[in-house]
Amino acid sequence: MERIPIIKIEGMLVISVQTDLHDKLALQLQEDILNHIQDTGARGILIDLSAIDIVDSFMGRVLSDTAHMARILGATTVIVGIQPEVAITLVELGLDLQGVHVALNADRGMDLLRQLQREGF
Amino acid sequence: MSVTQTETVRVTSEPDIVTARQKARQVAKQIGFSMVNQIKIATGVSELARNIIKYGGSDGQVEISVREENGKKGILIVCSDQGPGIEDIDQAMQDGYTTAGGLGAGLPGTKRLMDEFKVESTVGEGTTVTCCKWL
Ligand SMILES: Nc1ncnc2c1ncn2[C@@H]1O[C@H](COP(=O)(O)OP(=O)(O)OP(=O)(O)O)[C@@H](O)[C@H]1O
Ligand SMILES: [Mg+2]
Repeated sequence: MERIPIIKIEGMLVISVQTDLHDKLALQLQEDILNHIQDTGARGILIDLSAIDIVDSFMGRVLSDTAHMARILGATTVIVGIQPEVAITLVELGLDLQGVHVALNADRGMDLLRQLQREGF
Repeated sequence: MSVTQTETVRVTSEPDIVTARQKARQVAKQIGFSMVNQIKIATGVSELARNIIKYGGSDGQVEISVREENGKKGILIVCSDQGPGIEDIDQAMQDGYTTAGGLGAGLPGTKRLMDEFKVESTVGEGTTVTCCKWL
């Protein structure tokens, strides 16, 4: 089965989503991220969505669920690279990705993760 | 008024949702919609196609056409299924209303993303959602 690669950099898991995810693949990614947290003890997760242009209510829910589940396993998630058009669409659709940390790009996302970890989140 | 049929996507399994939203995006782009509107249209189609899978008996279709009226041009989307239908359409259209633990954002949210939006449904026969966005 198709898989989205997860790489570990400086103790963080980094995921760059490059294809339009169908539902099963999105759920598979969620499961893979949680398993990786458990296996590696990673405390930060960076999910890059800069190549993604359709985030519907299902995808939005999977993303925020993943962040909450990761939190329970002791890891903080930051989503980066959401395109402006996607942000407009998400808000109009009625999704707010509540409780999910976001940053403009991967660089800022890494900074935010380090900062959140320093602050003990 | 003229409607030119461009694409029909049969929706019977979950990957068809991706096919439907990408086709809608493609047609929207060809018509000349801006990036943000292409994404709004594709996201709306994704919501409606998922409802076909989740509630519509997993057998339906998404028809994507070009509509021209009084010198205006737009995209017409018709999503239909022969599922159980919706008993109370007004209730289904409310933000947050869901029968399956969703966010209840699909129908009302898609209405906001489009310019025209109509749900027709007969219990026991099926549901048709018709929506349009003008260029
Ligand atoms: N094609 C359909 N056939 C039968 N019932 C439907 C159909 N589409 C929607 N419904 C009903 O309308 C309700 C609201 O749909 P809507 O898409 O707004 O929310 P949802 O699918 O429950 O959640 P979300 O889309 O946010 O994941 C659904 O819970 C379902 O009961
Ligand atoms: Mg829905």
